[in-house]
Amino acid sequence: MLTLIGRRLAAAIPSVIGVVVVTFVLTRALPGDPAAYFAGPNADAKAIAEIRTALGLDRSLPEQFVRYVGDLLRGDLGQSLSTGRPVLVELASRLPASLELTLLGLVISLAIALPLGILAATRPNSWVDHLCRVIVTLGVSMPTFFTGLVLVYVFYFLLGWSPAPLGRLDAFFSSPPDRTGLYLVDSLLAGDAETFVAAAGQLVLPAATLAIFTLAPLARMTRASMLAVLSADFIRTARASGLSGGTVVFAYAFRNAMLPVVTTLGMVFSFLLGANVLVEKVFAWPGIGSYAIEALIAADYAPIQGFVLTMALLYVVLNLSIDLLYGIIDPRLEPAA
Amino acid sequence: MNETLRHVRHVLTENPVTLGAAGLFVFFVLAALLGPSLAPYDPFASDAARALQPPSLRHWFGTDALGRDIFSRVLVATRLDMAIAVSSVILAFAFGTLAGLAAGFLGGATDQAIGRLVDTIMAFPLFVLAMGIVAALGNTVTNIVLATAIINFPLYVRVARAETAQRKSAGFIEAARLSGDGETAILFGQLLPNILPIMMVQASLTMGYAILNAAGLSFIGLGVRPPTPEWGIMVAEGAGLMISGEWWVALFPGLVLMLAVFCFNLLGDALRDIVDPRRRS
Amino acid sequence: MSELLRVENLSVAFRTRGGIVRALETVSFSIARGETVALVGESGSGKSVTAYAAMGILDPAGQVTGGRIVFDGIDLTEASEREIEDLRGREMSMIFQNPRAALNPIRRIGTQIADVLLRHGNIRRADAPAEAVRLLAQVGIPDPARRSRAYPFELSGGMCQRVMIAIALACAPSLLIADEPTTGLDVTTQAVAMDLVRDLARERQMATLLITHDLALASEYCDRVVVMHAGHVVESGPVAELLAAPRHPYTARLLAATPRPGIALGDLAAIPGELPDLRRAAAGVCRFAGRCDRRRDDCAGSLPPIPPGPLHDAACWNPL
Ligand SMILES: Nc1ncnc2c1ncn2[C@@H]1O[C@H](COP(=O)(O)OP(=O)(O)OP(=O)(O)O)[C@@H](O)[C@H]1O
Ligand SMILES: [Mg+2]
Repeated sequence: MLTLIGRRLAAAIPSVIGVVVVTFVLTRALPGDPAAYFAGPNADAKAIAEIRTALGLDRSLPEQFVRYVGDLLRGDLGQSLSTGRPVLVELASRLPASLELTLLGLVISLAIALPLGILAATRPNSWVDHLCRVIVTLGVSMPTFFTGLVLVYVFYFLLGWSPAPLGRLDAFFSSPPDRTGLYLVDSLLAGDAETFVAAAGQLVLPAATLAIFTLAPLARMTRASMLAVLSADFIRTARASGLSGGTVVFAYAFRNAMLPVVTTLGMVFSFLLGANVLVEKVFAWPGIGSYAIEALIAADYAPIQGFVLTMALLYVVLNLSIDLLYGIIDPRLEPAA
Repeated sequence: MNETLRHVRHVLTENPVTLGAAGLFVFFVLAALLGPSLAPYDPFASDAARALQPPSLRHWFGTDALGRDIFSRVLVATRLDMAIAVSSVILAFAFGTLAGLAAGFLGGATDQAIGRLVDTIMAFPLFVLAMGIVAALGNTVTNIVLATAIINFPLYVRVARAETAQRKSAGFIEAARLSGDGETAILFGQLLPNILPIMMVQASLTMGYAILNAAGLSFIGLGVRPPTPEWGIMVAEGAGLMISGEWWVALFPGLVLMLAVFCFNLLGDALRDIVDPRRRS
Repeated sequence: MSELLRVENLSVAFRTRGGIVRALETVSFSIARGETVALVGESGSGKSVTAYAAMGILDPAGQVTGGRIVFDGIDLTEASEREIEDLRGREMSMIFQNPRAALNPIRRIGTQIADVLLRHGNIRRADAPAEAVRLLAQVGIPDPARRSRAYPFELSGGMCQRVMIAIALACAPSLLIADEPTTGLDVTTQAVAMDLVRDLARERQMATLLITHDLALASEYCDRVVVMHAGHVVESGPVAELLAAPRHPYTARLLAATPRPGIALGDLAAIPGELPDLRRAAAGVCRFAGRCDRRRDDCAGSLPPIPPGPLHDAACWNPL
C-alpha cells in the first residue's frame, strides 16, 4: 500500500509542475503591463513602478519563475487589492465553505446515481431504466446556474420550504466554533442541533444543484459498466454456484462495475469544481468561487491567480485519491507479494 | 451512398426525439441567421414604464428590469451564443485534430510533447482554467472563444491520436505506402479523411459543452458585457429577481440555453449512431 | 442405476431483435447417478443453452417454452427461483470454458470458494478459509494456503480451471456440468484437468455432463453420448456403440470430421452447409435435412423425438 501511495504521489508531480508553470505563464501572458494590471485600475505611474520592482517584473523570465516558485513555497500568493489582505489567508478561510458544498454535492449525486444506475442495469427497459435515460440526457444539458435559479424559485419563493439563498447560515445564527470549518461537522461537534439544521437547510439547494449536474455522467457510467459486468463470465459462475441475487449484484458485479465509475470521477470532479463557482454565485455562497468572481469584477489579479492555483492543486489531490481508491479496489495494479 | 442515406433516415425516424432535435436545430440555425430581423422589438430599447412585465401577448417572454423585450433579446442573442460556440469548436477541432494526428503518426518525442501539453491542460478543472485564461488574456468575447477552445482541445487530441495510432498500420495505409505515397500524402490523403467522420462526431458532441461553458463564463461576468444580449448574461440579470418572484427574466433565456445544449447533445448522439452503428447507445 | 437428471421435451426460445430464436426443441436425455454423459455437437447446436436451462441460469431473453427438467425428483420448471438457487452449487454445479474469465478478477480465490461454502450453509464462517484451502489442495494446487490469497490474474489458465473445479465441487454436488472445460487450455493441461474431474467424480459417485466438440475426448471419458444438432437431439446411446456404428447421418459426418490418429487432417470430411437459421426453422421437422445427403421425400414430415433413456436411438427417417 505504501509503495502504491509513493508511486501515485510521484506520478502527480508532473501535474503539479504543469499547474505551477501554467499559472506562471498566465500571469505573464497579461496583455500590456502586468505591473499596471496588478496595481489595479487606479494606480499612478510611481505605484506601478514600485509594484514592478516588488514583483520582480524587471528581471528575466527564468529569474521571475524562480521567485514565483519561491513565493509559492513560502505560501505567499500576494495581496488582494480590494481587501488588502493576503490571498492565502482569504482562500484558506473560504475554502471550507467550498469544500463542504462540493463534497455534499458529490455525496448526494453518488447516493442517487449509483442506485439508479444499478437498478437501470438490473432491470433493462423498466421504468427505472427509462427514468435513468431521461435524467442522463437532461442532466448534462442543464446549465448549473439555471438549475440553481429554478430550484430557488420553486423551493424558496413558491413553496417557502428552504431559507433565502444567501450564504451558509441565516443571520439569526452565529457560526459554530471553528474546528474543521465545515459547518455541518462543527455544529455536530459542538452538539448544536439547531445550527446543524440551519446550516443543512442552507446547503440543501446548492448541493442539490451540483448533484443534478454531476448525476448524469455518474448514472450513465454506472449503468453501462453494470450492464457490461453483469454479462461477464464470472457472474455466470457466481449464479451457477447458487450465490444469491444480492451477493451477485453487490459483492461480484458492483465492485467490478465501480472501476470504470471511479475513473469517471476524475472528470466528475473537474465538472464539480467548475460548477461550484457558478453555484456559489447563485447562492451567494462565501467560498473561494465567489471570492474569485468578486476579484474578476474588480480586476484584482492576485486572488484569481491564487484561486486557479488552489483549484488546480485541489483537483490534483482529488485525482490522487481517485487513483488510490482504484488501487484499493483493483488488486491487479499491485501484485501481492 | 444510398445505404448511408437510408441509415440516416433510419436513425432520424427510429427515435422521434432525434427528429425533434433535428427540427430544433433548424430552428436555432434560422434564429441565428435571421434573429435580428425577426425580433419584434429593438433588443436594446429600454422603457422604464414597461419594466418587469410578466409574459403577455405583447411581450411573449415579458420584459426585464429596464423594460426591454426579453423575447427579442433571447432571439437576437442566438447568433452571438452560436458564434462563440461554433468558432471555439472549430478552433479546437482544427488544432486538436492536427496535434492528435501528429502525435499518433509520428510518435516519439512529438507524441510525448503533445501528451504533456494535453495532460497539463487536463490537470486543471476545465471551467476554472477557462476563467483563469479569460482573466489573464483580457475580458473579451474573443478570449472566451479562445479559452473554450483550449479546454476542449485535449478531447480532440486524444480521440484523433487514438484513431490515428490504430489505423497507422492498417492495410489501406500499407497499400498506399507500397504504391509509393510519401508520408505527408499518407497523413493528409489517407489518415486525415479516414478519421474525419469520427472527429466530426466529437465536434457535435462537444458543441453543447462549448455553449454551456461560454454561457457560464458570461454568467459570472466574463467576456460579454451588458447591454449585449447573450443568454448567460441575461440569466445573470434575472438571477436576483428570482427571489422576488419575477421568474420570467431568467427563465426564458435559461430555458432556451438549455434547449440549445440539449438539442446539440441529442444530435451528437444521433450522429455517432450514423457514423458508427455498432456503438449504439 | 437410478436416474438423477431427466430432461424431457425441453424447448427454449430467445426473444431477439431479429425475431424469436427457437434454440432448443423437444430435447430429451437423462443422466443416471455416477454416470458420465457427453453432450456433443458443432458450435451453435444448443449445448450450452441446454446446460443453462438445466441450471436455471438462462439469460433473461431466454425462456423455457415447453418440457420438463427433473432433477433428483424435483421438477425444476415448476420450482421457485429460491429452490433452484439452493440446488445450484450444492447439488448441481457447473464449470465453464475460459476459466480465467470465469473467476471474479478482483476477489481472492479463497474468498470465492468460501462464498459458495457459506452460501450453502454447511460451515461456520470462521472455518470457511481453512476449508477453502483444503479444497484447493484436493484439486492439486501446490502451496494451497498461499494460493488461496491469490487473485485469478496471478494464476495460470490451468490453475484457474482447478480453482473452478474446486468451487464447483465445494459442496460435493451430485451432478457436475462441464461446459467445454478444456477449451483455451494447452493439451497437457487439458488432460490433467479432465483426469482430475474424472477421478473426483469417481471418488464421489458424482454424475458428469461433459459438453464438448471433441468426440475423442467424449469417447475417452464418457459412458454415453448425446449428439445435438441445431437445437435437436439427433442421436444418443452408449459411447462405444454409437461411435462404432452411428445411426444418424449427422453423427456419421461428425465422426468423419474428427481427427484421429492415423488419419491426415486433409482426409477429414468437413460437414457441408451451415446450421439452419433457428429463427425460421419450422417446428418439429428434421433440421439437418437441408445438409443431408440421405434425404428422402418423407423427411419433411414431423420427426419423432428421442425419448430420454440409455438406449441407442436416432431421430432420423432414413438412418444408417
Ligand atoms: N442470449 C441469447 N440470445 C439469443 N440467442 C441465443 C442466446 N444464447 C444462445 N442463443 C442461440 O442458441 C443457439 C445455441 O447456442 P449455444 O451457446 O447453446 O451453442 P453451443 O452448442 O454451446 O455452441 P458452442 O460450442 O459454440 O459453445 C445459438 O445458435 C444462438 O443463436
Ligand atoms: Mg457453448
